[in-house]
Amino acid sequence: MDDGLRNELSKQGVVVVKLEELYNWGRKNSVWPLSFGLACCAIEMMAASMARYDLARFGAEVFRPSPRQADLMIVAGTVTKKMAPQVVRLYNQMPEPKYVIAMGACAISGGPFKQGYNVLKGIDRYIPVDVHIPGCPPRPEALIHAFMTLQRKIDAQKLTGPDRARHLNADLPSEFPVPLFGEHDLVPSKNPNVWRPAVVVR
Amino acid sequence: MDGTQFMTFHDLAYDAGKTDFQRKAEVIGVGREGELLEVAMGPQHPSTHGVFRMDVVLDGETVVKLKPVFGYLHRNHEKIAENTSYLGSMPYTDRLDYFCSLTNNWAYALAVEKLAGLQVPERAEYIRLITAELTRVLNHTCLAGFLLQDMGALGTPLMYAFREREKILDLFESLTGARMMCNYMRFGGCRCDLPAGWLAEARKVVAEYPKFLDEFDALLSGNEILMARTQGVGKLSAELAINAGITGPMLRASGVDYDLRKVDNYGIYSRYPFRVPLGDHGDVYDRYMIRMLEMRESLKILEPALKDIPEGPVVDPKAKLRGFRPKPGEAYGRIETPKGELGFYLISDGSPNPYRYRVRPPSLINLTILEDMCLGQTVADAVITLGSVDIVLGEVDR
Repeated sequence: MDDGLRNELSKQGVVVVKLEELYNWGRKNSVWPLSFGLACCAIEMMAASMARYDLARFGAEVFRPSPRQADLMIVAGTVTKKMAPQVVRLYNQMPEPKYVIAMGACAISGGPFKQGYNVLKGIDRYIPVDVHIPGCPPRPEALIHAFMTLQRKIDAQKLTGPDRARHLNADLPSEFPVPLFGEHDLVPSKNPNVWRPAVVVR
Repeated sequence: MDGTQFMTFHDLAYDAGKTDFQRKAEVIGVGREGELLEVAMGPQHPSTHGVFRMDVVLDGETVVKLKPVFGYLHRNHEKIAENTSYLGSMPYTDRLDYFCSLTNNWAYALAVEKLAGLQVPERAEYIRLITAELTRVLNHTCLAGFLLQDMGALGTPLMYAFREREKILDLFESLTGARMMCNYMRFGGCRCDLPAGWLAEARKVVAEYPKFLDEFDALLSGNEILMARTQGVGKLSAELAINAGITGPMLRASGVDYDLRKVDNYGIYSRYPFRVPLGDHGDVYDRYMIRMLEMRESLKILEPALKDIPEGPVVDPKAKLRGFRPKPGEAYGRIETPKGELGFYLISDGSPNPYRYRVRPPSLINLTILEDMCLGQTVADAVITLGSVDIVLGEVDR
């Protein structure tokens, strides 16, 4: 249907949308995050849901303590090597479709604590991350921006075809192996199917 | 469970030869082993204030054993600090107790100033006092919100608390450039002077704050449900509090008059009269009320301090930021942070890095007697007892 006809119809009170658009519109406006704070960034995550910043405007104020009821995991803070298996396990427990925002320098790369012996250098080594937010800690506005970015990403997801969303493609995994405590480090130290280090082009 | 004497963790610690099964049987009385339920609360749990884990053994709903498990946020703070320059660990101190970055800065700056023998100019002392007391108000406001959230008052009190927090954070942001991680104190003073109009803004916030406290008090402090839920819960005796090294509002709620602002007289606290609120019962309600009263006392300090602040430099001209090498020696600097005594112990060997860097975190030490406070109570009371301890995991695990 061309846009002219669609506009003409909407003036007469008839809204014509594709099922895909309606489905994505509904999903993107009711994303329930997992109430899961790791460190400093969790306070800014709470601040984002409180009075001044009011994440409820985007339909995401329902923080669920149980991963079984959550759509979005905001990894807010430093992921230590002791905590990383639990984070991956929580991600595996979430039902599809599920999304991950890595909030703050620590969650995306280890941040100021990267040189530490007990700090994971980015949660994207084990689970796929949809949006990264830099900052230490990022302001609530940055989290809201990340959230709007995620909404655009959800809006663009296809229901059919070879590039359809992951939760509709049975060939793509929805769970990822939980790392174990090895002798010196987590085993494996990264999941090569998930982690793609940045390629430096000179 | 009235009248039942529970053995505590400290009694059990001496019987190293016994198995866990035997200890458990002793605590609850032999023969009831089959009825016990072990629950791991955390590290992902809405009530544990971060990534803290309580391994609780329950008899019905009664806690018979509680083992705190730390380390899920161990970020190698001390090791990193030993490998970086003295100034380089200042931003890391922000991230210890991430509600009160300015008091953490002050404690660390105090330790280094003792080590290097630096003097702090008058104006910087005033700025330190003002920011530290604002931090105290901020921390206690948020704690009251979180404590009520734990009790089941979902949303409203925390919403009010964060509304007030934003006002103080605006002040911090215009002063230091960051909302939470201020990184503001320097050895021998502060990083920069107050921006234009900051004092007027701060006076406005301080003048309006009692209105919020009155509102909070009217809404909550005399609330029947809150009183029924908190009075007589999580009792801590003064004797145990002293023996376990508890500091801060936790200690004062048990009736011990010990406040480092009075004892050490660091900074310029001796110039301002303020009272130290003390509790009678050492229960959760006392700990809540102590914090509400401390906020009013802090405002009493802030009001004249914001008027008296003199002009002048904010940093000691002798202090140098680059090539800072204190003489060999050791120093311990401590201040009364909102959570208790925060101390930094530094050993210098004359190199640019500290030889040993040790943090005495109030949250961790206040948490050690959690089992003694929770034994014999229901698991729901254990949750609010933990909430009243006021822990921040960044400081507990470091």
